[in-house]
Amino acid sequence: MAIHISAHTFEPWQLISQHETQSNLGRQFGATATFIGSMRDFNDDAAVTEMVLEHYPEMTERYLKKLEAEATQKWPLIDCLIAHRVGHIKPADAIVVIACWSAHRRAALDACNWLIEELKFKAPFWKKEARPDGNVWVEHNTAG
Amino acid sequence: MSIQVKFFASLREQIGQSDRSIEHASTADEVWKIATNNAEQPDNLLVAINLEYAKLASPVNDGDEVAFFPPVTGG
Repeated sequence: MAIHISAHTFEPWQLISQHETQSNLGRQFGATATFIGSMRDFNDDAAVTEMVLEHYPEMTERYLKKLEAEATQKWPLIDCLIAHRVGHIKPADAIVVIACWSAHRRAALDACNWLIEELKFKAPFWKKEARPDGNVWVEHNTAG
Repeated sequence: MSIQVKFFASLREQIGQSDRSIEHASTADEVWKIATNNAEQPDNLLVAINLEYAKLASPVNDGDEVAFFPPVTGG
């Protein structure tokens, strides 16, 4: 299990690959489900040139660990990884990475889906977008 | 002992402060009233006590950290 909160750009596939190697997952897993969220250059029909992601550091880390623990209670996961950016973000930068490893596909897919939805609606992160008419706090998530 | 109060994101900008401490309060709601000089509460206000989601009616104790913030938008 791992949580990464980074103020610097990261490369999602490299993170996932590194985690697989460092965690010695061996060949127990038959399924890896991943979600990668990256920054769009538009939102609510407005162009977005940059974004600042604020968070509540201590609560964020605690909450993401709690989500991983809950996911491993709900599904027979072998391992999971959550990585999230904070700070200044440019279009196309990865914002969030979730990876779940399990013996069979259903657990990995369902846990990955649950984790991203829980994270989006409960983990204390906030986006402020730079738009042509000024900087705007994002007030709600998209439906999906 | 005192109660540490934090504000995040748009709420921090509206209130005009990121953190402060207050001497005493019995609930999160009372913390809000003291720390913001009775500012109007947004409908979608979220509160955490000691890093866990709580309610405005939740009790607070000396030494607690109480945070107020708008709906989250990560991911």
